[in-house]
Amino acid sequence: MADPIHQFELKTIASLGKIGGSEIAFTNSSLYMLGAVGLITLFMLWGTSSRAMVPGRIQSMVELCYEFVADTVRSSAGKEGMMFFPFVFSLFMFILVLNLAGMLPYGFTVTSHIIITAAMALLVIGTVVVYGVMKHGMHFFDLFVPKGVHPAMLAILVPIEVISFLSRPISLSVRLFANMLAGHIALKIFAGFIVSLLAAGAWGILSPLPLALTVALTALEMLVAVLQAYVFATLTSIYLHDALHPGH
Amino acid sequence: MSNDGSQSGAGGRDRDPKDVELSARLQRLEKRLGEARDTGKDRTISSSARGSDPSAMGKAFRLSTEFIAGIIAGAGLGWGLDNVAGSRPWGMIVMTMLGFGAGIWNVMRASGFLRPPDRPGGDAGPGN
Repeated sequence: MADPIHQFELKTIASLGKIGGSEIAFTNSSLYMLGAVGLITLFMLWGTSSRAMVPGRIQSMVELCYEFVADTVRSSAGKEGMMFFPFVFSLFMFILVLNLAGMLPYGFTVTSHIIITAAMALLVIGTVVVYGVMKHGMHFFDLFVPKGVHPAMLAILVPIEVISFLSRPISLSVRLFANMLAGHIALKIFAGFIVSLLAAGAWGILSPLPLALTVALTALEMLVAVLQAYVFATLTSIYLHDALHPGH
Repeated sequence: MSNDGSQSGAGGRDRDPKDVELSARLQRLEKRLGEARDTGKDRTISSSARGSDPSAMGKAFRLSTEFIAGIIAGAGLGWGLDNVAGSRPWGMIVMTMLGFGAGIWNVMRASGFLRPPDRPGGDAGPGN
C-alpha cells in the first residue's frame, strides 16, 4: 500500500547555501508558499482592477472575501480591531489558499507542517504581546489577574492564567496542523484501500465502499480546509481583542 | 470597460439630476450600513466562546487541542523553570498540575460553559 506519510515529504529544489551547518534550501514547501502569495496577489489585483459599481465575477469574489474577514474581525475584535484587518486578512487568505492547494491531486499541504503553523501562531501572539505592551504598558499584564477574586486565590489563578495564555500559540498551531495532517492521512489511507482491494482478486467487489468513503472524505476535507482558515482568523481576532482591551 | 470609465469621468464635471439622485441614495445607503454595523458590533462583541465551528467534529477538535495545549504549556514552562532554577523535578510537577488546570480553564472558556465574570458587561464600558 502507498505510504500515507510520503505526501508530506520536503524535497529540496535548490540549495541557497549553509548557515551554521544547516542547509538553507528552497523546498517544495517554499515553492507552494510563493505560489500562494502570487496567486492571492493576482486574485486581489485582478479583482480590484476594474472597481466597477456593479461587481463582475472576480470582483464579487474579492468583495466576498473582504466582507467575510472584515465581519469576523469586527465582531471578534471590535471596531478598533479593524486596524489589524490587513494582518488577519493576509493570514486568512494565506492559510485558505495553502489548505486548498493541498487538496489538489499530487499537491503538497504546507499547513500540515507544524513549523509553518507555529510560526504563524507565534506571529499572532507576538503581535498581541508587543501591541498590548505598547498601548497599555504594564496594564497589559492585568490580563493575567482575574478581577473580583480573593487575593489568596490569585497565587493559583495567576499562574493558571499565564499558562493559559502561553497555551494559545500551541493550540492555535496544533489545531491547524493536526487537522490538515490527520485529514490528508485518512484520505490517503482510504484511497489506498481501493487499490489494495482491486489487487486482491475477488475482494475487488468491495472496492466501491472505500471509494464512496474517499469521495465523502474529500468533501469533508474541503470543509475543514476552509473552516480551519476561518477558525484561525477568528481566534486571531479574539486574541487581538485582548491586546486592545486587556482589562477583562 | 474603458467606455464605462470615460462616461463616469464626464459625469463628474457636469452632473445631470440622475447622478445627483444616485449619489444621495448612495449616501443614505452608506449611513444605514454604518448603523447596521454599529448595532452588529454591540450584539456580537467577543467572548472567547466565539470560535464557533459549525461541525461537531470541529468543536471536538478545538476543545481537545485547547486542553492538551494547556498541559503542554504547563509542562514546558515547568521544564524551563527547572533548567533555570535547578529545582529538577519540582517545577515540572507543579507546573504540569497547574497546566492541567489551565487546560480545563481553556476548555471551559472555549465551550462557553463559563463566561469570564466581567466579559459581557465589561465590554460595553468606557473602552468603547
